Amino acid sequence: MKLITVAGPPSSGKTSVILKTIAALGLPEGSVGVVKFDSLTSFDHQRYDEQQIPNQTAFAGKICPDHHFVSNVEGAVEWGMKKGLSVLVTESAGLCNRCSPYVNGILSVCVIDNLSGVNTPRKIGPMLKYADIIVVTKGDVVSQAEREVFAFNIREVNASATVLFVNGITGQGAFMLARYWQDALDIRTLRDRKLRFTMPAAICSYCTGETLIGEMYQMGMVKRMEFDDV
Amino acid sequence: MKALDYAAEVSAVPIGDILRRYPLAVDYLANMRLDRVDEFKTLPEILEDVDEDILEEFGLDREEVIFHFCAFLEAFSRKRDSVEAISSITILGGRDKAGRPEMVELTITPGEVVSIVGPTGSGKSRLLEDIECLAQRDTPTARQILINGSVPDLDKRFSAGGKLVAQLSQNMNFVMDLTVQEFLEMHAKSRMISGSAAVVEKCFAVANSLAGEKFTLDTKVTQLSGGQSRSLMIADTALLSSSPIILIDELENAGIDRREAVKLLVGNEKIVLMSTHDPLLALRADKRIVIRNGGIAKVIETTAEEEQTLQKIEAIDSILLDIRNQLRGGGVVAKESIPEFQEN
Ligand SMILES: Nc1nc2c(ncn2[C@@H]2O[C@H](COP(=O)(O)OP(=O)(O)OP(=O)(O)O)[C@@H](O)[C@H]2O)c(=O)[nH]1
Ligand SMILES: Nc1ncnc2c1ncn2[C@@H]1O[C@H](COP(=O)(O)OP(=O)(O)OP(=O)(O)O)[C@@H](O)[C@H]1O
Ligand SMILES: [Mg+2]
Ligand SMILES: [Mg+2]
Ligand SMILES: [Zn+2]
Ligand SMILES: [Zn+2]
Repeated sequence: MKLITVAGPPSSGKTSVILKTIAALGLPEGSVGVVKFDSLTSFDHQRYDEQQIPNQTAFAGKICPDHHFVSNVEGAVEWGMKKGLSVLVTESAGLCNRCSPYVNGILSVCVIDNLSGVNTPRKIGPMLKYADIIVVTKGDVVSQAEREVFAFNIREVNASATVLFVNGITGQGAFMLARYWQDALDIRTLRDRKLRFTMPAAICSYCTGETLIGEMYQMGMVKRMEFDDV
Repeated sequence: MKALDYAAEVSAVPIGDILRRYPLAVDYLANMRLDRVDEFKTLPEILEDVDEDILEEFGLDREEVIFHFCAFLEAFSRKRDSVEAISSITILGGRDKAGRPEMVELTITPGEVVSIVGPTGSGKSRLLEDIECLAQRDTPTARQILINGSVPDLDKRFSAGGKLVAQLSQNMNFVMDLTVQEFLEMHAKSRMISGSAAVVEKCFAVANSLAGEKFTLDTKVTQLSGGQSRSLMIADTALLSSSPIILIDELENAGIDRREAVKLLVGNEKIVLMSTHDPLLALRADKRIVIRNGGIAKVIETTAEEEQTLQKIEAIDSILLDIRNQLRGGGVVAKESIPEFQEN
């Protein structure tokens, strides 16, 4: 089974791109599945159901979404194997800009959209920097110049990735992405594979349910901000 | 030069000089939150003073920062975005919506304008899409696109990263919160164009000559009117975009000088294809592709007779333009605005 991880900021077009790319793959119905990782709510399953795409949704709830991803992605792979899928796609909304749910050797796709502002590529960090393929959506509504500047800013952060332009609504460009998916690695398990980037540290007292504000309630890994002297 | 070749330079030369040699490197440092550095120190010296935890937040140690910095310099010192010269594109027919074969082979060269005409929903935009993705019999139309007479290798098809083709359409808007000047400068910078001030100036002047109402360099691009935006996009695409092929999907209602716009684009040795319902634009082209039911029904070369007709259409167009200006100026349209047509 081929595994592809797709990440990107909320509403950047991940589901749209995944749906169009699955269509472009042209594999028999039911052989490509999706696991959506989200934090609280998601309506993506309705769109996958509509297209008869086997799918599961995992909610992180109060757990850090990235930690939740790593602790469940292996389970997702097991589900896909049992379902007899030939391609499994994970979709995760990068909720803190620091995360990158990418695994060494596994095709990593980051989806960002032209509307999010030209400097966004410079701000989203590892999720962009460690991706193999960067898909840019919503090019249909911005100017050519903005598309070019956006792509340039992407290359400044990740010069080695392949940048593809996909229209999430018409599917224009999706079949190029499908070509890359066809070459993704076949795996049976993720056990012993390594993350490309460390997960955000989440071992302070607030992680374990503390809600009171004040230094005396803070324990563990805390990063204190330094303000200018006045 | 390879990335490693930059390592010696980066370790020996103070960062201030590096930044003067490679102006874009400022962005790399800014992306790493290293924007206020002592310019007399070298990068390794600067990194010595940076908290390891900060670097770790970016997932890098000191050596990796230096390596990535060198890779960055390498990536952006390559010969200008090298989009190779294109001497022609060829459209090989596929099939129409009914599955009937399209019997065409059409080659287009730089400086040529080809218009695409046909009823709504016939497949004009689809043809533009096929060209954009350099279709290889793998789209619904099964068309194949050749570059310089041969099949583009897969790598080129993908790595061109959209650089082969620039697109302009009715739906496009500016979303950046920048002034016209900042916008053009930013685009010029991303193209690594030297002497960008002159290009920016030219682009601005040309855009203004296409637009009805003039705008200034310090107007926000998001505040431009529809027609002004379109003018700026066209001028920018003609003068600042590297793409050798321009695809235009319906430009008609833009309220700009369409004739000049087309002239400008072709004048810059681009291959221009435009889908249109506008007789003026359709006949301005050297050839027009007629689409019917998803397929290319025929390709017509604009005849000498049509060129004469075009002059008449232009005359009618300027009458309309005149009336439009009268209306815009708050005038009352006189009956004499429209000359009597001769009976023949
Ligand atoms: N104009 C335009 N809209 C797009 C494009 N791609 C996606 N959209 C729209 O953007 C919105 C969000 O798209 P989704 O695919 O749901 O985004 P997502 O990243 O899966 O969102 P979450 O899973 O909720 O984080 C939808 O309304 C899409 O129709 C595109 O290329 N152009
Ligand atoms: N040869 C073909 N085979 C299958 N489908 C096709 C073919 N040509 C076009 N289509 C499909 O027909 C639909 C309409 O085409 P398109 O949007 O290109 O029309 P259009 O001529 O641009 O219309 P408009 O003038 O309204 O913009 C699209 O979904 C397109 O993918
Ligand atoms: Mg989604
Ligand atoms: Mg159309
Ligand atoms: Zn995160
Ligand atoms: Zn915590």
